[in-house]
Amino acid sequence: MKYLLEIWRQRDRETEGSFRTYLYETDSLSVTVASALSELNGRKELKDISGEITEKIVWECSCLQKKCGACAMLIDGRPRLACDTKLSENKKGKIRLEPLRKFPIIADLTADRQVIFDDLKRMQIWSESEIFADDRNNSLMYEASRCIQCGCCLEVCPNFAAGEKFYGMSAMVPASRLLAVMKGKNGSDLRKQYGKVITDGCGKSLACRNICPAGIDIEGLMARSNAAVLWRSLFGFMR
Amino acid sequence: MRNKNDKFPAVNIIGAGLAGLSAALSLARKGIPCRLISPMPSERAQSVMAEGGINASLDTMGENDSPAEHYSDTMKGGVYLADPNSVWNLCSKAPGTVNMLLSLGAALRTENGRPVLRNFGGQKKKRTAYAKSSTGKILMTALIDAVRRYESEGTVKRYSHHRLHSLDIADGKCRGLEAVDLYSRTVISMSGSVILASGGMNSLFPGMTTGSTVNTGDVTALAFACGAELANPEFIQYHPTTFPITGKRCLVSEAARGEGGRLFALRNGKPWYFMEEKYPELGNLMPRDVVSREMYLVMKDKDCGGKVYLDMTGLDKTVWENKLTDLREECIRYLGTDPAKKPVEVSPGIHYYMGGINVDEYHRTNISGLYAAGECACQYHGANRLGGNSMLGAVFGGQIAAESAASETDADNTGVEETVKAGTIEIMQPTGIPGEAAQLLRDSLGIFRSGEKLEAAAEKMQELIDSEQDALQRNRMLLGKAALLGALNRKESRGAHTRTDYPGTDDKNYRKTTVAVFDGKEIKVSFRDIPEKRGEGK
Repeated sequence: MKYLLEIWRQRDRETEGSFRTYLYETDSLSVTVASALSELNGRKELKDISGEITEKIVWECSCLQKKCGACAMLIDGRPRLACDTKLSENKKGKIRLEPLRKFPIIADLTADRQVIFDDLKRMQIWSESEIFADDRNNSLMYEASRCIQCGCCLEVCPNFAAGEKFYGMSAMVPASRLLAVMKGKNGSDLRKQYGKVITDGCGKSLACRNICPAGIDIEGLMARSNAAVLWRSLFGFMR
Repeated sequence: MRNKNDKFPAVNIIGAGLAGLSAALSLARKGIPCRLISPMPSERAQSVMAEGGINASLDTMGENDSPAEHYSDTMKGGVYLADPNSVWNLCSKAPGTVNMLLSLGAALRTENGRPVLRNFGGQKKKRTAYAKSSTGKILMTALIDAVRRYESEGTVKRYSHHRLHSLDIADGKCRGLEAVDLYSRTVISMSGSVILASGGMNSLFPGMTTGSTVNTGDVTALAFACGAELANPEFIQYHPTTFPITGKRCLVSEAARGEGGRLFALRNGKPWYFMEEKYPELGNLMPRDVVSREMYLVMKDKDCGGKVYLDMTGLDKTVWENKLTDLREECIRYLGTDPAKKPVEVSPGIHYYMGGINVDEYHRTNISGLYAAGECACQYHGANRLGGNSMLGAVFGGQIAAESAASETDADNTGVEETVKAGTIEIMQPTGIPGEAAQLLRDSLGIFRSGEKLEAAAEKMQELIDSEQDALQRNRMLLGKAALLGALNRKESRGAHTRTDYPGTDDKNYRKTTVAVFDGKEIKVSFRDIPEKRGEGK
């Protein structure tokens, strides 16, 4: 099967980018976008479809098995992990790859997702005292530990813009791990932050539903965390 | 606690996985500032891929487990090549290490508030705490959140898209480093002592490893080229149960066998549970070196059709729901097989490097001011690592390295210097070692090795080194050659190192640490005595 890969090429932050098309052939149905990119970069000379020699494609990857979120990019307009997207899913044989657009582009398919980590810091997602995942909240805390901070949910969210006051689900998920157990001032600070940067900003568009590559139960976690924040703020209810 | 505004030595940590984070947390809790330098954020570190669990004799399963038994299993599993004092420290403090992680809210599986433990290879008692088959991810999340607090107050400064460029080593002392910002392509020079926590050496075996492509081993190669000693570089762990996916190998966690998975081959068309037949006591849960060797031999047996399968079809529904959920999804996703319904074809793949930068009990290298912890260091695992001991070794080793760095920082090293050099540099995309060198390593450092092949490969590797222009690739080849020379000079079979021409274990000559050092011209290999065990424990 022949695939035409239309790949966003941009030398650096300052230079303008454009799409270039590369030919990739394979008989295998299991080849992923990540393996195709590795193979293209492994070529002695990387020629586009017009025969012009181009630089190697700048993209990020680490685990290659859906566990680290490094290779998130737009694949045919949808944010996905390159290691979790098979070429054969596309029946037309023409696949468009571009960087996540909500973040500054570093080069080609690499976007600078630093704002995700800065938001976690701004939101003060940590506990100053010891916390334990007991039997009752263990499965919630497990689920909330699984976020790979890839940014796919932010890319589709109509309410998220980098640097603005709504931090999105990539902050909600890790916060919900701590909200399940945190007490005292540190806990009430986090609940206040949560109200400000999550509850108040989420327009409930549900655009992030079914987008998470890790398959995290975002709605379930958010319902639990919203309830925890609301109950405690209304009644000062402390466990 | 020191005042934050005081000028005092800083520590630079290379790598933000379990070992690096653990070191950063230990330093930050003492109020000592550190830089956490890594090519990607912690969320992308190889540690998030770790599946099965973390060992500690917490004895929550009513089996009367003890640190002494954990110690003795670890020493035996490593065929007595590890430093007994280090292993005793690791095992005796393992319950404390896991309890520390639990106190960060790590969502390990609990019942009645106590961690549930599972069986793992080479250990008769249940000793492995876990979170389904995503233990690494769950521990990393807890550590990342804990370290974030110190990032916010400025004690930990992250450099999340930076790669080590050079080490400032002179007169046997490390005074700092240069890191390249992969986004701006500028070089930053930083002073202070250095803890290396950069993981294994996957670039030496492209496509053959289960780990991350970011864990190239380039940091180890650079340190080696600068005079840091390597220890036991020939000891490479082939995990018995992996399968190929494009560009790498995918792991089927040992937990699958811990929960009852059975290995078999079709001998003359009939299932042969060879591990259970040959090793009635531990069966499928023999240490990984033993299982991989047996699988290799079975796959060579002409009556067995060259294939080995892992049968997990007998596992209880609750095991899939509570313990191996992610593993099942991975097999379906990448192999197209539901392991609950059909046996999975598996074969050994490179999973861990027992060897690495030579460190003492305190995680000090032979260069003062330079420390190493986690998989990049040679510590705790001897000739073969037990499942569940890698995350333990990374977290504990990170703590010890931090303590050493904290107590030994030089007064004349202010650690505050940080200069950005003018100009930008070209950045290579991560790739493996060049094809010919990769083939030499693949062919001669397999599960079974021969002196003849190793000697020829080492000679050929030198030719490739001499003609290689690229410094990064030359360093990798040098590292590869050290592994070849270690394997060539170790004229015995032990743990993960099996010589067809020396099938026996020779304690008299080789129950010693292989030490490789590069003097700028050539690699010298010697065998050093393992420290005597001090008083505690067995």
